[in-house]
Amino acid sequence: MEKVIEKFSVKYLQILNENGSCDDNLKPSLTNKEIKKMYELMILTRAFDEKALKLQRQGRLGTFASIKGQEACQIPSAIQFLKEDLVVPAFREHGLYITLGLPIEMLFQSWSGDERGMKMPDKVNILPISIPVGSHPLHAVGAAMAFKLQKKKSVAITFFGDGATSEGDFHEAMNFAGVYKAPVVFFCQNNQFAISTPIKEQTASSTLAQKAIAYGFEGIQVDGNDVFAVYKATKDALQKARNGKGPTFIECFTYRMADHTTSDDASKYRKDSEVKKWEIKDPILRLKKYMIKKNIFSEQFELETKRNAEQKVEEAVKKAEAIPKEKAEEMFNYTYEKLTPELKEQKENVRNENK
Amino acid sequence: MTRLNLVEAINLALKQEMKKDKSVVLIGEDIGEDGGVFRVTDGLAKLYGNERVMDSPLAESGIVGTSIGMAIAGLKPVAEMQFEGFIMPALDQLINHASRIRNRSRGRFTCPLVVRCPTGGGIKALEHHSDSPETYLIHTPGLKVVMPSTPYDAKGLLISSIRDPDPVIFFEPKKVYRAIKQEVPEEEYLIPIGKAKIVKEGSDVTLITWGSLVKTSLEAVQHISDINVEVIDLRSLSPLDTSTILNSVKKTGKVVIVQEAPKTLGFSSEIIAIINEKALYSLEAPIERVTGYDVVIPLPKNEDLYLPSQEKIIKAVEKVTKNAI
Repeated sequence: MEKVIEKFSVKYLQILNENGSCDDNLKPSLTNKEIKKMYELMILTRAFDEKALKLQRQGRLGTFASIKGQEACQIPSAIQFLKEDLVVPAFREHGLYITLGLPIEMLFQSWSGDERGMKMPDKVNILPISIPVGSHPLHAVGAAMAFKLQKKKSVAITFFGDGATSEGDFHEAMNFAGVYKAPVVFFCQNNQFAISTPIKEQTASSTLAQKAIAYGFEGIQVDGNDVFAVYKATKDALQKARNGKGPTFIECFTYRMADHTTSDDASKYRKDSEVKKWEIKDPILRLKKYMIKKNIFSEQFELETKRNAEQKVEEAVKKAEAIPKEKAEEMFNYTYEKLTPELKEQKENVRNENK
Repeated sequence: MTRLNLVEAINLALKQEMKKDKSVVLIGEDIGEDGGVFRVTDGLAKLYGNERVMDSPLAESGIVGTSIGMAIAGLKPVAEMQFEGFIMPALDQLINHASRIRNRSRGRFTCPLVVRCPTGGGIKALEHHSDSPETYLIHTPGLKVVMPSTPYDAKGLLISSIRDPDPVIFFEPKKVYRAIKQEVPEEEYLIPIGKAKIVKEGSDVTLITWGSLVKTSLEAVQHISDINVEVIDLRSLSPLDTSTILNSVKKTGKVVIVQEAPKTLGFSSEIIAIINEKALYSLEAPIERVTGYDVVIPLPKNEDLYLPSQEKIIKAVEKVTKNAI
């Protein structure tokens, strides 16, 4: 006997197209104020990003990973997280930090190479950036398992890129999430490049979303440059998780507009014409087109939003650069809760050397 | 008081801590109904349910990675590695994350988890079931590493590990899992992390060891009538109880270190370095080491050729005594 015992399909969601036309049947209910808020946060995130790139070139910031082009993958989801949720990001998630309330000066401080910038304020429940690709989704799954056990309504949300989906830990995370039906949302920003490796060389799967099916839960692909699609997919996934229905995988199909980091030169491996094609799909431009159509946009609003954003960013740079360098002995204080005898001695030696 | 072996003592510690603190949860392969391959968690799933004694998918990095998330979210996970050879996939999670979360977040997030892991050879097992990987973990800032050698210490040290605010690797020397029975109080007591124990006082030679070799060393020195050996069971490898070591070295002037792991960069190397830095002028002879060789520990037929034996230990004690100036 031979028969088909399993078939699968994957949904794609786009609500706002490149021209700013909106599918009103699918559009999530958002007030004009909320839409404007998303626009402002995307502008603020981009202003931060542009400033960070400039500072890096001037030698005032360390290696930096630009978020340009991926703002709509982060802001429309982050505005929906609750204070009790836990966000577990990778390293290109400036939009999350800004939306969730990490002071921008701390973000600059962090990228300038100062651990203190990643000490989240008490009510900001997002972990520090995680560099080893694909290793951190497991932490979100573990947190989600804990929430379930603690009978909390909290959800863990993890962000990562297309490259992460090749790592073993990513698959272990997906598997554990499915087995334990954990309240977790996997947020994959498929920007189509892992440094220079294009998505076609990363996987033979036609979508990343379909990987979820193998682990027993739903995967959906959304237009990652469409604020409404990302908002809706996130909303559905969060609701599902809070209602005890388990994990969801959201693939945000987008494009990394900048180099991988400031240490990279993307012109070595991709054509400018390809980048140009994505410029017209820009998530901020797209939302602007929509807002113009709906008469909730004016030149004055745009100018003010940009001016405010730039002002905030400039003030943040000033604050960040005014922070004095940490004393050498401070580095010993966060390895364990209490200093071990060995660390006590090393700290004492450093203090004496610097006298 | 009951006489318990190491397995039973660890089981008792887990049982009592789980009763006392609802945030303590267990996760690992086959640890539920089956009670783990060494039966360390026997009966706990029945007592506390599958929600708190989680049989996990077969994925060590997943076990430790999710434990990190649980710890960050307020639980106190105790993860079990089935064998030390299989902790390797989890080293990424331990070294890159568990040990760093406090520092990376400047104390905003912490990772109070315990990873229990059998260790060492001498049980006639397959490849990857007889290794001594403690150095990899001791070398990692942010991790604590302990290895009890008796049932009494195992209970008290595990309770301390579970209550510790930082990640602790709890190595269980499987050769002595059932080889020692000891009075273990039902009542709560703690063995502090970072404190060694002088298991036999002596005045001529300091013998430093840990894990299953504490038993081997104690048996070995019984055969030496003319040299009075002081035997130190480190119990805690990181942090290390340097002062107990140095006080003994200053008293005896002669040191033998007995270690099962391969020689090069095994923990004995660091102990020698510390003694050289802080008690070199107390030494009357070069320090002797009895260690594994820099080879893969042989399969059962030949593992006795590799493992530190009573004979090798006796020879080292005699040699350091003879060499003394």
